[in-house]
Amino acid sequence: MAKYHVKTTINGDPAEFLCGTEQTVLDCLRDELGLTGSKEGCSSGDCGACSITLDGRLVCACLVLGVETEGKDIETIEGVADGDDLHPIQKHFLQEAALQCGICTPGFIVAAKALLAENPNPTETETRYWLAGNLCRCTGYDKIVTAVMNAAAEMRGE
Amino acid sequence: MGNEKDYLELIDGEKKFRHIGTRPIRPDGVDKVTGRANFGADFTMNGMLHGRVVRSPHAHAKIKSINSAKALKLKGVKAVVTGKDFPTLDPSDKAVGEVTVSFFDMSRNVIARDKVLYDGHAVAAVAATSPQIAEKALALIEVEYEVLKPVMTVSEAMKKNAPILHKGMKTSGVEPTPSRSSNVASRAEFKLGDVNKAFKEADIIVERDYTTQTVHQGYIEPHACVADINADDMATIWSSSQGQFMVRALVAKLLAMNTSKIKVIPSEIGGGFGGKTIVYLEPLAVLLAKKAGRPVKMVMTRDEVMRATGPTSGGHARAKIGAKKDGTIVAGELEMEYEAGAFPGSPVGLGCMTGFAPYNLKDVSCIGWDVVVNRPKAAAYRAPGAPVAAFAVESAMDELAEQLKIDPLKLRIKNAAVEGTQAPYGVKFPRIGCLETLTEAQTTDHYNSPLGPNQGRGVASGFWFNIGGQSSASVMVNPDGTVIVATGSPDIGGSRASMALMAAEVLGIELHNIKPLVADTESVPYSDLTGGSRVTFATGKAVVEAAEDAVNDMKRRAAKIWDVDFDQVEWKDGSACCIETDVHKPMTIADIAAMAGKTGGAISGKANINAKGAGAAFATHICDVEVDPETGHVTVLKYTAVQDVGTAIHPSYVEGQMQGGAVQGIGWALNEEYVYGKEGQLQNTGFLDYRVPVASDMPMIDAIIVEVPNPGHPYGVRGVGEVPIVPPLAAVANAVSHAIGTRMTDLPMSPPKILAAIDAE
Repeated sequence: MAKYHVKTTINGDPAEFLCGTEQTVLDCLRDELGLTGSKEGCSSGDCGACSITLDGRLVCACLVLGVETEGKDIETIEGVADGDDLHPIQKHFLQEAALQCGICTPGFIVAAKALLAENPNPTETETRYWLAGNLCRCTGYDKIVTAVMNAAAEMRGE
Repeated sequence: MGNEKDYLELIDGEKKFRHIGTRPIRPDGVDKVTGRANFGADFTMNGMLHGRVVRSPHAHAKIKSINSAKALKLKGVKAVVTGKDFPTLDPSDKAVGEVTVSFFDMSRNVIARDKVLYDGHAVAAVAATSPQIAEKALALIEVEYEVLKPVMTVSEAMKKNAPILHKGMKTSGVEPTPSRSSNVASRAEFKLGDVNKAFKEADIIVERDYTTQTVHQGYIEPHACVADINADDMATIWSSSQGQFMVRALVAKLLAMNTSKIKVIPSEIGGGFGGKTIVYLEPLAVLLAKKAGRPVKMVMTRDEVMRATGPTSGGHARAKIGAKKDGTIVAGELEMEYEAGAFPGSPVGLGCMTGFAPYNLKDVSCIGWDVVVNRPKAAAYRAPGAPVAAFAVESAMDELAEQLKIDPLKLRIKNAAVEGTQAPYGVKFPRIGCLETLTEAQTTDHYNSPLGPNQGRGVASGFWFNIGGQSSASVMVNPDGTVIVATGSPDIGGSRASMALMAAEVLGIELHNIKPLVADTESVPYSDLTGGSRVTFATGKAVVEAAEDAVNDMKRRAAKIWDVDFDQVEWKDGSACCIETDVHKPMTIADIAAMAGKTGGAISGKANINAKGAGAAFATHICDVEVDPETGHVTVLKYTAVQDVGTAIHPSYVEGQMQGGAVQGIGWALNEEYVYGKEGQLQNTGFLDYRVPVASDMPMIDAIIVEVPNPGHPYGVRGVGEVPIVPPLAAVANAVSHAIGTRMTDLPMSPPKILAAIDAE
């Protein structure tokens, strides 16, 4: 099985990897690059635990092939904080206790960041619909929605 | 949302707790919001192989032969294991826990022997140098089956001429023991008084049948582990589970290994809800690693999780309640049949024990039947057995209230269990907060708000025992006075935070000076698994005792330094103080720790306990729905969960348990069900068509904490994790029933069912 040589940018840094044609970008991140922050919950695009952005667009990493990321800009959960300076969404997830087991958390944070990039002032309903592609089985979503909306308010300077 | 009570102030104005009841950021939080936390599938080793499982495509079949020759010839394949590689266990080898566990059956669930009993049943496992080669090898393992007729439902399985899953299985709990083999594994009965006589005293009787379907815990993290076994036969297992000691014990049992040869290192766990209280992959991974001489990683796909792991029982329940005109209940009767899955052991007995527990009944009878069917073996799921029983009883209560024209909360208040009430399973309740949840629910704005057209409101209560059990904790004081708190209880929802808070309370130091950790099986003494809502109660109690032990150690050191008697030293705000003389300045933990070398060596405290006195949990939920009469779609408009939690150690995570449990229950009520095809193959093996609630389905869940302290815990803790899933099935069903004017008795209340109910009016 010949592998393809793929050149990308991951969280702002150049990254190269070899990948088989059947490997998803999630497989490449986790197995080839050691970036295990993106989680695999279903491998069918239903749970959102592997949410990443590709050239700024929110996708499920399990639905994109590794070879498709050639020349693309990938952002993962590992790139959300700036060193040890947490992103406001991360801070609010902690403050509002918006995680219990934490397996869905990376996906929610990446998805929420993409939401606030597009809509800095989402209503509760808009937040809920944007995050409908991310499953959480622990929290019932209440504190997640609160955390995202509070982070949005902080980022707006309120 | 938040309970805004100031936990730092006692009612009389005296300071009560410094840490307990506060809402600090959890100690493991940053790793979990940055992607650094390692879950089951995140661990890798050098030279590691990838294991996969060959699973039965049939629901019921004899295995005629398994030929792995072709797979073993594939380059990169290093080992194959089948049932023949496993030791044969004694059928009588059982352990009694929340649900009785037969190791003989468990071994056959981990890997089939002569028969496969459900779609997805493991038949063989293979390890290869890459996941891709392992995947290819699956198709090369040739299994020849003789397909048998499957038995998919309780009613089919109980028919006289039904195909038998386990030849020789006789129904236990009936007299005389039947001579014929049966799919009915057992009968359980719990009763008080004389229910038949009592029903004759009733002015009104309500009675109905209720059905529910198989549902899955739906944890987002699939089962995963890595196993390595060295030349000395010492096995190391990294795995995601609700108990590292559980994994060790079960692997030892199923593989006939010496416990001391197995070390289990817990990873973070990505949800369990009871479904990770047993093993599926670990014994296979250990055997593959042994055969191949290399570490083996195994990770389930979502399809495998749905087909082959822990659903909870669907079933049938008939509830009957008799009452006087004034609403006094005189008799209650419950008869239920639960699917156990492929092997005996549904939680029907727990259902029987819990259904009527919120009420003060002198005459009650609950009978449960445990029935095997060709579905995956039921595993624990949050308050196992209780939600289905509560669905039946709380729906009947609602119908009774309706017929008597009594407010449903008032009816429950009139009959509520209180201290001294004898539960249907025999115990007399100590101080409980059942009544308090009901009266609190009455006063909510939610309960007193108006409803619009096509809207309905439902209420329901629920009970769960909560358990104690064995827990261990070590409190180690570092030379700089910071503290490590090690326990053997996996943190499934924030329990590190509650352990740290309780230790900080005893030690009198700042929270950030405490590091709580979940230790491996060789770094802390044995602890039972995380389940039964026991960790904050039982492991918390161990932490409190271990911290007290460390405090005593430090008081001894101070006494030695000051050359005074031990009883001259008291512990105050994180310092040892000399009571009678002010000659000696108080010594902080850091002061004492710095001198540990001169006073006897390292300072620590330990506690290994079997905690008794777990306080029972009660909850009352209120649900408002709107039903679209055109489509039958239900929107949950408003939801309030009221619960007696004893004492909330970290109120945010207590609320989180209440909110999460409520939403799982709402999913059970409205969307979730296993759908099997005619031949017994599961049709909805992914999250697209096994529809758990998503953010846009839900409103905010108002969590109202009631605190009736449990006298059995130093800080009054009751378990909180399980009872929140007990009331929602009936709360939602009662709301829908009121919205459409027809009683809904069959879950899930999917749009077609609701439309049919509306059309039938």
